[in-house]
Amino acid sequence: MDNVSASITELPPAAPHQHAAPDSFIRKYVFSLDHKVIGKQYLGLGLLAVCTGMFLSWIMRYHLAFPDKPVPLIGLIAPTFAAGGVITPEFYLQLMTMHGTIMVFFVLTTAPFAGFGNFVLPLQVGAEDMAFPRFNMMSFWVTFVAFAVLVAAFFVPDGPPLSGWTAYAPLSAVGKSSGPGEGLGQSLWVVSIAIFCIGQLLGSLNFIATTLDLRAKGMTLARMPYSTWAWFITSIIGLIAFSVLLPACVLLLLDRVAGTSFFIPAGLVVSDALQPHSGGSALLWQHLFWFFGHPEVYIAIVPGFGIISTILPAVCRKPHLGPRVLIACQLAIAGLSYMVWGHHMFLSGMSPMSATLFSVPTLIITIPAAIITLLWLGTIYGSKLRVNTAALFCLGFVSVFVTGGLSGFFLSQPSIDTYLHGTYFVVGHFHFVMGVAAMFGIFAGTYFWFPKMFGRMMNETLGKWHFALTFLGVYATFMPMHWLGLEGNVRRYSSFPSDYMHGSLALHRFITAAALFLGAAQLIFLVNLLWSRLRGPAAPDNPWDATSLEWSTTSPPPFDNFAGVHPVISHGPNEYGVASARGDYIMQTDPPSAAASSAVA
Amino acid sequence: MGKLFAAAVTVIALVSAGIFLSRVWWLPPDFTTLGKDIDGQLVETMIFTGVLFVAAQLALATFVWQSTSRTAAIRLFPGGPMPLVATASAIVGLEILSLVFVGTKVWSKIFLAPAEANALHIDVQAGQFAFYFRYPGPDGKFGVPHPDKIDEGNSNFFGLDPQNDTAARDDIVSASLVVPVDQPVLLTMHSKDVGHSLYIPQLRLQQDFVPGLVIPVHFTATGLTKTEIVCTQLCGLGHYNMKAYLEVLSRPDYDKWLAAQAGQ
Amino acid sequence: MAPPNPARTGVWVGIGAVIMSFAAYTSAMIVRQGTTPEWHHIALPPILYWNALVLVASSVTLELARQRIGGPFDRLGRTPAVQAAKSREWQFWYRITLALSVGFLVGQFFAWRRLASEGVYLASSPSGSFFYVLTALHALHVLGGIGALLYALRCLHADDGPRSVNVLGAVAVYWHFMAALWVYLLVILALWI
Repeated sequence: MDNVSASITELPPAAPHQHAAPDSFIRKYVFSLDHKVIGKQYLGLGLLAVCTGMFLSWIMRYHLAFPDKPVPLIGLIAPTFAAGGVITPEFYLQLMTMHGTIMVFFVLTTAPFAGFGNFVLPLQVGAEDMAFPRFNMMSFWVTFVAFAVLVAAFFVPDGPPLSGWTAYAPLSAVGKSSGPGEGLGQSLWVVSIAIFCIGQLLGSLNFIATTLDLRAKGMTLARMPYSTWAWFITSIIGLIAFSVLLPACVLLLLDRVAGTSFFIPAGLVVSDALQPHSGGSALLWQHLFWFFGHPEVYIAIVPGFGIISTILPAVCRKPHLGPRVLIACQLAIAGLSYMVWGHHMFLSGMSPMSATLFSVPTLIITIPAAIITLLWLGTIYGSKLRVNTAALFCLGFVSVFVTGGLSGFFLSQPSIDTYLHGTYFVVGHFHFVMGVAAMFGIFAGTYFWFPKMFGRMMNETLGKWHFALTFLGVYATFMPMHWLGLEGNVRRYSSFPSDYMHGSLALHRFITAAALFLGAAQLIFLVNLLWSRLRGPAAPDNPWDATSLEWSTTSPPPFDNFAGVHPVISHGPNEYGVASARGDYIMQTDPPSAAASSAVA
Repeated sequence: MGKLFAAAVTVIALVSAGIFLSRVWWLPPDFTTLGKDIDGQLVETMIFTGVLFVAAQLALATFVWQSTSRTAAIRLFPGGPMPLVATASAIVGLEILSLVFVGTKVWSKIFLAPAEANALHIDVQAGQFAFYFRYPGPDGKFGVPHPDKIDEGNSNFFGLDPQNDTAARDDIVSASLVVPVDQPVLLTMHSKDVGHSLYIPQLRLQQDFVPGLVIPVHFTATGLTKTEIVCTQLCGLGHYNMKAYLEVLSRPDYDKWLAAQAGQ
Repeated sequence: MAPPNPARTGVWVGIGAVIMSFAAYTSAMIVRQGTTPEWHHIALPPILYWNALVLVASSVTLELARQRIGGPFDRLGRTPAVQAAKSREWQFWYRITLALSVGFLVGQFFAWRRLASEGVYLASSPSGSFFYVLTALHALHVLGGIGALLYALRCLHADDGPRSVNVLGAVAVYWHFMAALWVYLLVILALWI
């Protein structure tokens, strides 16, 4: 406050750390304002969600492989919907809807971004906490409430909705007459997603303000770690995307309960009843949804880009190739992601000219994605790899991202999409990029930052087994889906009575076996998490010899992150493979002269 | 472990590529005038992506193998990032240009070119969970459908009003799509209730039914076949079982079939 | 270079989100109008224009209040004696602002009553649907803004110093945006609905 004549609008802000250290259990672990706790809460929610979503997929896969047999044990868990373990067509669709919704929203949007980002970003920029700790706490609990509302759909009489995670109108808009679960279940879904949007917007608010305003001295934008860049870009994508999904949900809810007709045209006869709505546009829902939905998949993957780009240099012991190109490509992807949503709607009946208009940027977006992949390969080239589990998941990420991205090439061309749309080719594609690549990003982040979060090391043997079985399992599960798609095997089918799809049963059985194997392999991860949390060996401050700020503080960090010290940054995050007092790297907090004098373990 | 990973990636890449190349699971033979173009584009894309796939996975495997050897040393990528950027942009960019150029031609043939003047016009309605096909009958005119008059119990699927609408009197409604070979066919598609989609793999044809819209799509079948039409837009619990048959008959057989239908 | 101000950044981010969501509603309305032949235009109740004046006036009074906040942050450079006399004035203008904002909401309510009496409800016609959705959501955001104004008032009374003035600055940006948003909506409603 040394500038007395400053105008009212230019006062220095108060220190962001307005909250004192918590003392009660509730304040420490439940309603915590500490970004580190909030990040772990998000990761915990993501873990709960992924176990739920995966369990649902096991039921689906078992049914697909053995359509005429009841699924063991399910009759006990869901006696109303699956009496005797028999999976009815509607129950299959309900499982599928919830699987998709839980995975996309509560796993892939929370863990990589809100989970790791909340924990790591303030540390990496040298701040004591996020800019708005109370909004941050609210954002987690709002997200948790959204999850609870969604899961509540399993417990209403007709069950959860069956319209898919995409909830196309009018199936999702006309109410119970369109199918089981389309009554209260669908309404709960809409409300849950609307609440989720608000949680995400509160989160984006924090990420953007913290990145722009709370960086420590010397931490210019150019010196920010690549994971911080990725979270920052993701938060901007999310701000715009979720601001559009929320209105879409509001309008859908009004159609369902208030008799409006935003998405319901006139003259529909559903279950022998002429619907009283008129003048709405079913395509309008698709446009609003996919305007959100396409950037959403980048929200799921861009944090993974950042995590890979942060871990690779550390495990390769050499600088990341082309960091400025990396950031430019991520920005290009973020911008282009808003121009491509129509590629989900090539066959929707929108104008054929617009199909071409959407196809071109969709194809162009492969260029920055390809460049980023090449930058990773160029970083791995000529490195001295430290092959730990985090490294393996990064390398695996590169492999599966290539696979998933290339299958997108087919779908981005409307004339080929005419054949492949709605088939298992699409299912294979998005599972590779989202269900595998984004998950590998989450795994890599977990193995990398677990020591910092909990002060203990994870078990490397278990980690390597987890990786090996998972890597083989994902290829075995999802690669055959492309072949099913080429054969014209249609997705979202609970079984395949069509003549021409009968022959695909063998391949479906193989996929199911692989999927169950893959699921079982995740037990190793769960065991590792629990065991390491409780009994893992103590972690040093910087087990990976990494450069960014989180490694300059203790494991775990103290309440205010840097024990009252305000970090001063003199280096970028890419100083690997340079001779220094530490060995072959310079930390961001090291003094400007390359020969750092203070040695840290 | 790094070398194991490299080996696994190599095997996976080569085996997957091999399976794609061997076409053990592949598209059914096509029976449409557009088949050659669409399949040609698919194959071009597959070759391009296949080469990139194998190259990228092998590069990854090679670099990982080298980087986990005892003699690994730090080497910066020759030339830095810009040659990579330039090469990637050039290769991918050129391929995109080629695909867009070819693809737009194919796409226009599917959707921008109007149906031929002598196209056989068939009206298609999708509803939970069946397809119905309506032929105009001898008068060549379609009756007007009225949603409020739909009465499935009495087989009035389209809600026609033959008493007041002369054009509707001879409309033929069939649960199968029967067409003559080598005859352009124009389908006008509308939905009775929610979104559906029509997919005929052998014709490389797929188009959504969007409630509130009437969507035209056209094709010409080039061979005799009986194949399924399946629904590919999630429409409710019966979605998996919503199908109809497409029969492509010779011209005389088609005429016989149509006459038999009209007689009913 | 001004020191970083997270409250200000935060409010601009929030405004960005609100702009995007109203853009979504606007485009939904334009699409809807294009697809339906039976778009019945609604005559806007005149009170809506008065409400616009009220809301803009409340922005003006808020600025008047901000200028009169004394202490070391007084940007008009007045003596402490004058400052003490003026310090009561800011509370007066602040209360006027709050009263005007409540007046705006009451006026909106009367506009809805007027339309309802003419048979225009949420589900009675597409134009009615959009009218109510747009105005109700704007009113909801104004309500949030009133909450923010009250929060800032509490901070100022607690006399936290620079922090409370920063908070008020951020809230003021949001408040002016609410007025601008209403003007935009009024134009949209007048032209389309």
